[in-house]
Amino acid sequence: MLDLAADRHAAAVPSPGLLPRTDSPAVVLTDVRKSFGASRVLNGVSLSIPRGNVTCVIGPSGSGKSTLLRCINALTPVDSGSVLVDGIAVHDPALDKLALRRRVGMVFQQYNLFPHKTALENVMMAPIHVLGEDREEVEARAVALLSRIRLLDKAHSYPGALSGGQQQRVAIARSLAMRPTIMLFDEVTAALDPVMVKEVLATVRDLADDGITCILVTHEMGFARDVADQVCFTDQGIVVEEGPPEKIFTNPDDPRTRDFLGHVRF
Amino acid sequence: MIAGDGDAVGVLATIWKWAPLIGRGFLLNILISVLAMAMGTVAGLALGLGQIAPYAVLRRPAQIVTQFFRNAPWLVLLFYCILLLPYQMTVGDWTVPMPAWIKATIGLALPVMGNVSEIVRGGIQALPQAQWDSAESLAFSRRQTLWMVILPQAIKPMLPPWMNLYAVLIMATPLASIVGVEEAMTLTRFALSAENRSELLLPMYLALLVAFFAYCYPIARWTARLERRFAVKH
Repeated sequence: MLDLAADRHAAAVPSPGLLPRTDSPAVVLTDVRKSFGASRVLNGVSLSIPRGNVTCVIGPSGSGKSTLLRCINALTPVDSGSVLVDGIAVHDPALDKLALRRRVGMVFQQYNLFPHKTALENVMMAPIHVLGEDREEVEARAVALLSRIRLLDKAHSYPGALSGGQQQRVAIARSLAMRPTIMLFDEVTAALDPVMVKEVLATVRDLADDGITCILVTHEMGFARDVADQVCFTDQGIVVEEGPPEKIFTNPDDPRTRDFLGHVRF
Repeated sequence: MIAGDGDAVGVLATIWKWAPLIGRGFLLNILISVLAMAMGTVAGLALGLGQIAPYAVLRRPAQIVTQFFRNAPWLVLLFYCILLLPYQMTVGDWTVPMPAWIKATIGLALPVMGNVSEIVRGGIQALPQAQWDSAESLAFSRRQTLWMVILPQAIKPMLPPWMNLYAVLIMATPLASIVGVEEAMTLTRFALSAENRSELLLPMYLALLVAFFAYCYPIARWTARLERRFAVKH
């Protein structure tokens, strides 16, 4: 059922050498548009993200990066264009949002942990109440996730007692507990100090090694250069340029990309 | 008009004589306030959730009902209920009598409902939108998000205004005396007319004021303490 879409986009996407599989892309956006009142945030974004890839979306503030991400898991409905995620038509008004969100995890800049629940409870809540899974099984998985992010000793701490970096790692574990195939990261390191940024990015890199499709909106150019399979530069609501990081960072085609990167420190 | 020691003792003895009766009346004030608060809170919670419903067909009526009962004088609502509600209600084979105090309770529950609705709406809307976003992206349904994520966090900040409302309510219960409910105020007037001594007027009403104060002040202190505790962090 997905073969058609796969063939259509296989030609359009220059596949980076690291690409693990070449079957249908995880996410395909075609001419996506979105306005908030008079301000046009997305002006026809087209983007294809292969399965298992790490894609970094970079660009100036206000270029629509976060909105782009929120359109992928239907937190923000699009005005027009199509968004396909794992073959699910996200732009369809009859979209089954819950089915979509079981596959797509999202982590936010401000962590957004549930402050009235412990770290462990934060991780366990959705699998128990949304997926209806057995509490003991979920607890075992949650404990494994917390030890993977090296926060098992904080399992019974409330978010208020954790540092920003710790909260963010718990937020990632909370998303992973739903066993998503795609993870969205919305400037997840923007509120953190450099040491914490490192911790969090190490966790993201870990996921990428596991083959989870990761899409990051980020200002961490070093991370984008070192870890991303694909870098995508957005400006004024369109994707100006996309390609492998070595191309974007060393030899971008578009003058806007060059100008933006000229202002960025690594 | 100089009150001697003998007079003061006499006044105290008279108050003491009537205290059991007026005390029982005061228990009715408390009962009315607790029931009206319970009814108003349940109805107000439903109405408040209606006010934040994503569907305008639910939201608009909830907003209108809320504003109507929040901005109506309590005494007029009380009169309205006394006049509007029947003496008894028949549900199937059951006939339930509706004494005046029950009607008064319903009459007082209505403004409580309107105010609780606003407390619920405000408490929920004061939470960061990000909490909704993160719950939604974990595939929680709207209902689950509300009951598991939003309300548990919103209840703490809702508590102080809710308790304030209760204090206002208990102080409004003497309004029921106007519609003939035999609560503390009615019984105080009854005692005064039985004694028929004008020097008793001020002391007897003062005793009633003290009774209300003794009941309300601890609640006010407790509310203030909760307010301080919840004010700082989210």
